[in-house]
Amino acid sequence: MTSLTAAHAADLVAALLFVLSLAGLSQHRTSRAGVAYGIAGMALALTATVVVASRSISAGAVALILLATAIGAALGLWRARRVEMTEMPELIAVLHSFVGLAAVLVGWNSYLEVERHGDAQSAVAADLLSIHHAEVFIGIFIGAVTFTGSVVAYLKLSAKIASRPLVLPGKNALNLGALGAFVALTAWFTASPGLGLMVAVTVLALLLGWHLVASIGGGDMPVVVSMLNSYSGWAAAAAGFLLDNDLLIVTGALVGSSGAYLSYIMCRAMNRSFLSVIAGGFGIEAPAGGDAEQGEHHEIAAREAAELLAAARSVIITPGYGMAVAQAQHPVADLTRRLRERGVEVRFGVHPVAGRLPGHMNVLLAEAKVPYDVVLEMDEINEDFADTSVVLVIGANDTVNPAALDDPASPIAGMPVLKVWEAERVVVFKRSMASGYAGVQNPLFFRENTSMLFGDARQSVDQILQSLDAADPALSARP
Amino acid sequence: MSGYDSSARPPQRVGVVAESAPGETRVAATPATVRGLLALGYDVVVDPGAGAASGFDDAAYAAAGAAVGDAWAADVVLKVNAPSDAEVARLRGGATLVGLLAPAQHPELLAALAERGVTALSLDAVPRISRAQSMDVLSSMANIAGYRAVIEAAHAFGRFFTGQVTAAGKVPPAKVLVAGAGVAGLAAVGAASSLGAVVRATDPRPEVADQVKSLGGEYLAVQVAQEASTDGYAKATSADYDRAAAELYRAQAADVDIVITTALIPGRPAPKLLTAEDVAAMKPGSVVVDMAAAQGGNVAGTVPGRTVVTDNGVTLIGYTDLASRLPAQASQLFGTNLVNLLKLLTPGKDGQLAVDFEDVVQRAVTVVRDGETTWPPPPVAVSAAPAAPAAPPAPAAPAPSRVTPAVRFGLIGAGMLALFLLVAFAPAQLAENFTVFALAVVIGYYVIGKVHHALHTPLMSVTNAISGIVVIGALLQIGHESTLVTVLSFVAILLTSVNVFGGFAVTRRMLSMFSKG
Repeated sequence: MTSLTAAHAADLVAALLFVLSLAGLSQHRTSRAGVAYGIAGMALALTATVVVASRSISAGAVALILLATAIGAALGLWRARRVEMTEMPELIAVLHSFVGLAAVLVGWNSYLEVERHGDAQSAVAADLLSIHHAEVFIGIFIGAVTFTGSVVAYLKLSAKIASRPLVLPGKNALNLGALGAFVALTAWFTASPGLGLMVAVTVLALLLGWHLVASIGGGDMPVVVSMLNSYSGWAAAAAGFLLDNDLLIVTGALVGSSGAYLSYIMCRAMNRSFLSVIAGGFGIEAPAGGDAEQGEHHEIAAREAAELLAAARSVIITPGYGMAVAQAQHPVADLTRRLRERGVEVRFGVHPVAGRLPGHMNVLLAEAKVPYDVVLEMDEINEDFADTSVVLVIGANDTVNPAALDDPASPIAGMPVLKVWEAERVVVFKRSMASGYAGVQNPLFFRENTSMLFGDARQSVDQILQSLDAADPALSARP
Repeated sequence: MSGYDSSARPPQRVGVVAESAPGETRVAATPATVRGLLALGYDVVVDPGAGAASGFDDAAYAAAGAAVGDAWAADVVLKVNAPSDAEVARLRGGATLVGLLAPAQHPELLAALAERGVTALSLDAVPRISRAQSMDVLSSMANIAGYRAVIEAAHAFGRFFTGQVTAAGKVPPAKVLVAGAGVAGLAAVGAASSLGAVVRATDPRPEVADQVKSLGGEYLAVQVAQEASTDGYAKATSADYDRAAAELYRAQAADVDIVITTALIPGRPAPKLLTAEDVAAMKPGSVVVDMAAAQGGNVAGTVPGRTVVTDNGVTLIGYTDLASRLPAQASQLFGTNLVNLLKLLTPGKDGQLAVDFEDVVQRAVTVVRDGETTWPPPPVAVSAAPAAPAAPPAPAAPAPSRVTPAVRFGLIGAGMLALFLLVAFAPAQLAENFTVFALAVVIGYYVIGKVHHALHTPLMSVTNAISGIVVIGALLQIGHESTLVTVLSFVAILLTSVNVFGGFAVTRRMLSMFSKG
């Protein structure tokens, strides 16, 4: 066993540990073990790499490695401990941008390393040189798109820039043109590499990434974030090709296909193709129809809602992004506990695209200590609404819009939605009668069995809790 | 246009008249709905004793803000049943009459009203669209009637509904068959199963099965060999279907203790479901409630408005006033439906009734306008009405796949060929890389496909952490070449370390939050 074969073996074992890690996340029971596998795989891979690298570099360089890792680790652990669960989408976007930027840097390094030696160098075999050039370009391109795309996603998610889509004239032509330019530059670069072309492709990719995400609206963020997740994986895989490192290729491919699969789930949940999300266009057209079935909505006070809930047999809560915005998950969890103590069956129905991140609602509810076995996915719960006394719609709109099923002319026609209106009563928590992200009026609000509870979701839920307390002081006296 | 000058006009008077039909106990407004009328800006006048049969005395109306006096002289007259000729004569010219007028059955009434020069709105002409659900008197009365049918059956039935095991022996539960799972049928299913009976229901529409089940009943499908007939809605059932249904009813009649029939086809006599032989096959002491008795009856031998006992001891109940037998609540729901209709007709809430023929609902209910018969409404209005609101919205048909199998296989083939050519002509090292890459993508797809939906966010953060593996690139490059390369590598290592440590740490933190109930 040489150190090189040992390093290869370590790579293989690490790759398998990563597969085990992702497999562990398939169930709650095994999810923590999954993370442990991931950590073990990462530790193994990094240790092996550093040991191999340390044989050919100076002690100073090793010190630099340790220093950089220490700073990065400190920053990472600090953010991980402090981040609010409502800010998870932002954190994930930032982490994506780091992977993208690192891939760009690795690509540049690889170019600088090889180019210094010119055509007569030994780092890359002569017959592979043009392939190497192409790999440099592809790596930088994917990395840079991921980087600026993630930065824009972060800015939109943290509301530092407006989340409404940027509409440049001929934006699809711009995207396709950028891709065409990239292919042309790659061909040119493999023939005659040069620093100018490197700069050109980097700038081109940075602009493309920026434009790609800037032209997608806030409500499509679940797709965008999982798409960027996918890109960051492909960026790592491209770096693996560049460095002829199988572990990088395997890991990159795992991450890339993971993000792609999540994007697919999100797109299916919106009944839209991946391309139509990337090409944007949703919510840009003014709502055409949709007002035919308008009418009068009924308001309800928090106290009356509390009476409804107290008398209910079963309750389903369908949360949306509005719950995260209002930070209402803790009062909602309190309400859940209180009702369950009274013997009311309370469950949650989560639409796949609720929130700004796949699975976002689940994490928020878990943070507020809602047991995960009462949080169900749309397909698991959609048939149960007909047998439900009260549905609370908290901060969701398009995901509970009956027009998606009833109205073929609706912009969201065909999108699978939570059939909340089949319940006996529906209470919608909303700030005003404004339409949802898609700009589509929601006929749910005008249904006979729907009542609107206007106001901040957090305050409304708090008021319901107080009314429940007032009606039943014995229960509230409990710790 | 009238919004401007109407504010100057005095509010119109709404009259709530006493019902004259024998046995009618309902009234068109209760003290609670009078408040709703007042809120719309109207003055309200109630006939003395109008609500007595429903349990609302004049003082209660007065307390709610109504005057007690001659309601027939009002501008808008609210009534439950169609008026008699004498009553039509009492209407003021130009007045508006609202009630259950059954315009299809009583063309002579429409003529009399037109002659009188009034406007008449018929509540049984409310179109069945979801916007008009709040005015649908037929549904709210059918709901009450379905409940009452069960109560009448229980009254005539000499036994428990629910099964019991007592020290004195075991009592089997009653078996109830409900024919027709419309509003009335579903209400009957719910009431009977609440009393503890074993409830079965039949209906030609298989999609009501879930609704029956949700109310505690069992849906009995009529077993017919149907050749790819996708529309279960067939209004006139096929001969095959009728034969199979007849067999089902014969078998059920011999088995169950109580039969409640609700089958009606609009504009036609009620279909015969139980023949005289079926009734003869029933056990002595069984009860049949025929809710379609007024339309000719679903059961052979029922007499409208009467209870008859057959030779084999089966009680046939043919009451046509089931809703009136719960007068207070029937009046309350009826009155609320009326208030909702007047809300639509009083857009300004200024006590001025205005009929807008542009509105589908208002057009449909108006059977006489200003002395001119406007029944039946133009078919346009009917076609604008979507499916009956009681039926759950049919799930949208899955969008036809834009990719045909041929195209799909073509694309897969082209992709495979491209990959083949790429790898075949690539140098050995690249080919090896591609092999690893392709297999890893496939593994990734299958592993991720099994991830629980609730763990998608942890999945993203863990893949974030492991995509920090790109640090390997920087680790291999640092310290080898120029200072520039080392600096760039340093930055890359720093960034990806944030990913690795931050990603794993935040994932652990999230997973520790998930707890089972």
